[in-house]
Amino acid sequence: MRIPLSALVGMVFTGAFFLAAILAPLIAPYGMAEIVGGVWDPASGAHLLGTDAIGRDLLTRMIYGGQTTIFVASAATILSFTLGSVLGFSAAVAGGWVDQGLSRLVDLVMAIPALILALVILSVLPVTLTVLILVMGLLDATRVFRLARAVAVDITVMDYVEAARLRGEGWGWIIFREILPNALSPLVAELGLRFIFAVLFISTLSFLGLGVQPPLADWGGIVKENASGLVYGIPAALIPAFAIAALAISVNLVADWVLSRTTSLKGGRG
Amino acid sequence: MHPVLTLVVQRVALGFLLLLAVSAVIFLGVAALPGDTAQAILGQSATPQALANLRAEMGLDQPPLTRYFNWLGGVLTGDLGTSISNGTDIATAIGQRLGNTLFLAFWAAVISVPLAILLGLVAARYNGRWPDKLISGVTLSTISLPEFVVGYLVLYFLAVKWQLFPSVAMVFPGMGLMERLNAVILPVIVLVLVVLAHMMRMTRAAILNVMQSAYIETAELKGLSPMKVIWRHAFPNAIAPVVNVVMLNLAYLVVGVVVVEVVFVYPGMGQYLVDHVAKRDLPVVQAVGLIFAAVYIGLNILADVISILANPRLRHPK
Amino acid sequence: MTDPLDRMIAAAQAGRMSRREFVGRTTALGLSAGLASALFTKAAHAQPKKGGLIRMGMQGGESTNSLDPALAASEVPFAVNYTWGEMLVDVSAGGEVVMRIAEEVSANADATEWKFKIRQGVEFHNGKTVTAEDVVATLRRHTDEKSQSGALGIVQGISEMSAEGDMVTLKLASGNADLPFLLADYHLVIQPNGGVDNPTEGVGAGPYKVVVHEPGVRHGFEKFANYFDDTIGHADQTEILVINDGTARTSAVQSGQVHMINRVDPKIAELLKRAPGVQVKSVPGRGHYVFIMHCDTAPFDNNDLRTALKLAINRQEMVDKILGGLGSIGNDFPINAAYPLFDDSIPQREYDPAAAADHYAKSGHDGSPIILQVAQGAFPGAVEAAQLFQQSANAAGIPLEIKREPDDGYWSNVWNVAPFCASYWGGRPVQDQMYATAYLSTADWNDTRFKNAKFDELLLAARAELNSDTRKATYSEMAKMVRDEGGLILPMFNDFVEAVRDEVQGWEPDPNGELMNGRAHVKCWLA
Repeated sequence: MRIPLSALVGMVFTGAFFLAAILAPLIAPYGMAEIVGGVWDPASGAHLLGTDAIGRDLLTRMIYGGQTTIFVASAATILSFTLGSVLGFSAAVAGGWVDQGLSRLVDLVMAIPALILALVILSVLPVTLTVLILVMGLLDATRVFRLARAVAVDITVMDYVEAARLRGEGWGWIIFREILPNALSPLVAELGLRFIFAVLFISTLSFLGLGVQPPLADWGGIVKENASGLVYGIPAALIPAFAIAALAISVNLVADWVLSRTTSLKGGRG
Repeated sequence: MHPVLTLVVQRVALGFLLLLAVSAVIFLGVAALPGDTAQAILGQSATPQALANLRAEMGLDQPPLTRYFNWLGGVLTGDLGTSISNGTDIATAIGQRLGNTLFLAFWAAVISVPLAILLGLVAARYNGRWPDKLISGVTLSTISLPEFVVGYLVLYFLAVKWQLFPSVAMVFPGMGLMERLNAVILPVIVLVLVVLAHMMRMTRAAILNVMQSAYIETAELKGLSPMKVIWRHAFPNAIAPVVNVVMLNLAYLVVGVVVVEVVFVYPGMGQYLVDHVAKRDLPVVQAVGLIFAAVYIGLNILADVISILANPRLRHPK
Repeated sequence: MTDPLDRMIAAAQAGRMSRREFVGRTTALGLSAGLASALFTKAAHAQPKKGGLIRMGMQGGESTNSLDPALAASEVPFAVNYTWGEMLVDVSAGGEVVMRIAEEVSANADATEWKFKIRQGVEFHNGKTVTAEDVVATLRRHTDEKSQSGALGIVQGISEMSAEGDMVTLKLASGNADLPFLLADYHLVIQPNGGVDNPTEGVGAGPYKVVVHEPGVRHGFEKFANYFDDTIGHADQTEILVINDGTARTSAVQSGQVHMINRVDPKIAELLKRAPGVQVKSVPGRGHYVFIMHCDTAPFDNNDLRTALKLAINRQEMVDKILGGLGSIGNDFPINAAYPLFDDSIPQREYDPAAAADHYAKSGHDGSPIILQVAQGAFPGAVEAAQLFQQSANAAGIPLEIKREPDDGYWSNVWNVAPFCASYWGGRPVQDQMYATAYLSTADWNDTRFKNAKFDELLLAARAELNSDTRKATYSEMAKMVRDEGGLILPMFNDFVEAVRDEVQGWEPDPNGELMNGRAHVKCWLA
């Protein structure tokens, strides 16, 4: 099996990001909140990426920030996909009132602007990592639900699903053996994008002052801390912004490759 | 009645019920936020006496249920009420803001939707070759940057450095169409960049998915050109997921552009809503929430109907 | 730091300084005599140019803002109200009372009865003449029991008010030598019949008429032809654009869409200075960024713990990193050199981790984390400042933990509620008002719960004291009490940092508020 260059690059970067996140305490040159220099010092031997708006080592901040970002985004994405696709498939397979009920419930949640929902929930509950992940995962699950259901509805009318039903297979079989493999490619394509959106959502929450507690910060939060320097090319604002982009792109390069593999695995026949 | 028509009527009726439910949920949600309007209006300069006076004047001393039904009655008779924080008529204030928001969303959609679908078709046609890689790469980068970073970069280069377009996208009544368009160019660019990738990628994925089917093989064997196969045979069968994603993004263009409004100082609904959430101005939050909900639900119904119409198996149920 | 040169050029422009005085003072700043003389010629001949449209881009406005001056609580409404409204009296950049609608002010010996003579021929935008009755009606509306005015606390001390001919007489329950300063408060814009009929009408006696009122977006004005004072209000039209995002604001002034902006992030002041066509102005004021502890809540009810925290903050680092050097260090009492009767001999408290550790040990605190609540909106850079505080306190062995709260609801749920949080004070024109607002035992906004009978006594004594030496000594004693026993940690006084385009003339630093105390668009002109 040949792995295309783009996927290889994606995997190397994704792997590097995840590895740096896991090993953060070992590889970070300074303490996460330690103040070691002046405001926005340029890069030097002591501080490879320079310092941030209050004189902390930027490389250290980036490593710990990546840990937070990757952890929250991954957890939220896994939650939203598991919940969203299982419910979406179930709604499509069951049809009737189950479908109507679930779909309208999701419509209800989606119809309220996510910003208001986040404001309400996060100002009532204490902002901890768990709460953040749950809020993001649940809000996102509604989007996954819609897609999963739409795809599955198309598949449930296929003859092979009909055949499975006539054979007397249960819902579990139909969902996991008939629908899931055939719905995988649009879902995997969506997975990569959802992961980016999760990363961007944390940064938006940090913007609203509802993100993780300082001195901990996610990458979006680091951009925010240094945002005024962004248009003057201050590295402390640009580097985390581009780190977000790099992470998002590399995850999607991998997702793209998975997508092309799953479609080719299906061969010429659907 | 034709089954499709029945389905549509059913959806619309359900939509209205849903709106009602949403209004109740928003009301309860905002009422549950800590702090109240009087405190939020007076801010740090609130004395207990001024607070008590303001609360009584705004009717905040009545139970929430009474306030909710009073409001609902007003809406059903076409009266959105007055803002409790600055006493202006909500319908007038919203009318102008909604117009601005729709204006921005319209131009962003007109550019991004056809462009996204076209790019998606081209990428699918040249799957794995350089046009595909180029399109995917560029759209992926634009979607991967946080919205405010894209905004600031566009602002810095196009408005400050090269001074091509105004940095402040302020529109107001009495402005000519060309003036307005000139004012909103930067936010439109940012919005297009932000929503393009999602729609384009879904189009591409959905088409590639369909491309594995037997009838596509048949069409190919018939000797049709690849673009024709995609356009005539693959695309109609890939419409359901594409419509869903387009709907999501259109809704986003209407309800989710707060950050872009902030960066370009655009007087749209998002900023208006956030200001009033911060002030706990219930009638305004209710009204805006209701409009957003109506937009969402309307687009949802539309997407469902289009999916049904596009899928012959659903159109003619056995 | 303010450029003293700016102030002198402005004085020369306004004809308040002779050539000899100007050259003498500017050469002392290191200018050559020839250059100084040339500068004077240029300044003295720079007659204000009439006409044009001046635009200000400002932070501090929301779509919930109202034209009712009683409800003004942020920068944009302040400036808007000063544009269409006129005050009874005003406070100058130099800290003196300036006559506006009143043309003469006098008080009796114990400052309990005040008389304001109303200027003749001042006109409201609706064509009516401003009368003593309008003034009384205005004050009465703000003093009214049913009032929602933020000035309620300020005018409460007036027990009796009357209008007779062109004379307004105010009687006070107890003497107050600073009454005119209080009446310069931004809420007290004089309105026809006090604004009782329609408080949000936007009709006043100010230099400009309201043309566009789109709260949270923009406010447009055109010159009021019959305005009584032709030394201000040079532009034909003026506009205030609400631009709350910092980057958008600096971009707007750089690209020339607005002429002036407020609140430049101090961190980028140096970078912005390099932009062509834009000058960055930094004006020391009375505003201060603070961390406040409730003196009556454990563990902050222990003065050793309070002292430990005061010693554990690195003030110079805060000024350097949070204010980019554009400010001055504080000394844990809310008064600085911008106030009249300030005592500069009170010793400066320094960062001393060893002494802090001693006091911390003496306090007997159990070592559990001390929670500091903070929000980005408490003051610009508040969350970063809290993190600096956390680090410097940790170095002294004091376990500080930061709890970030959302901006939304911060002033109602955290400030004046939580025992230890970040806050901001804009300062007041005089010491009496500052102390009375937040340090008197009975003050509504006593956000440090500092309750000291001796202090209250001194405050009232100083208020009625007309001898300024005695008054200064009393204020000094009060300052030391707050500094050594209070719950206030005051690391820094912030400057107003603003950006002004080169074509704007007549700009003058004013410590009373941002953008020449909200009047830059009224007092400046375009070259």
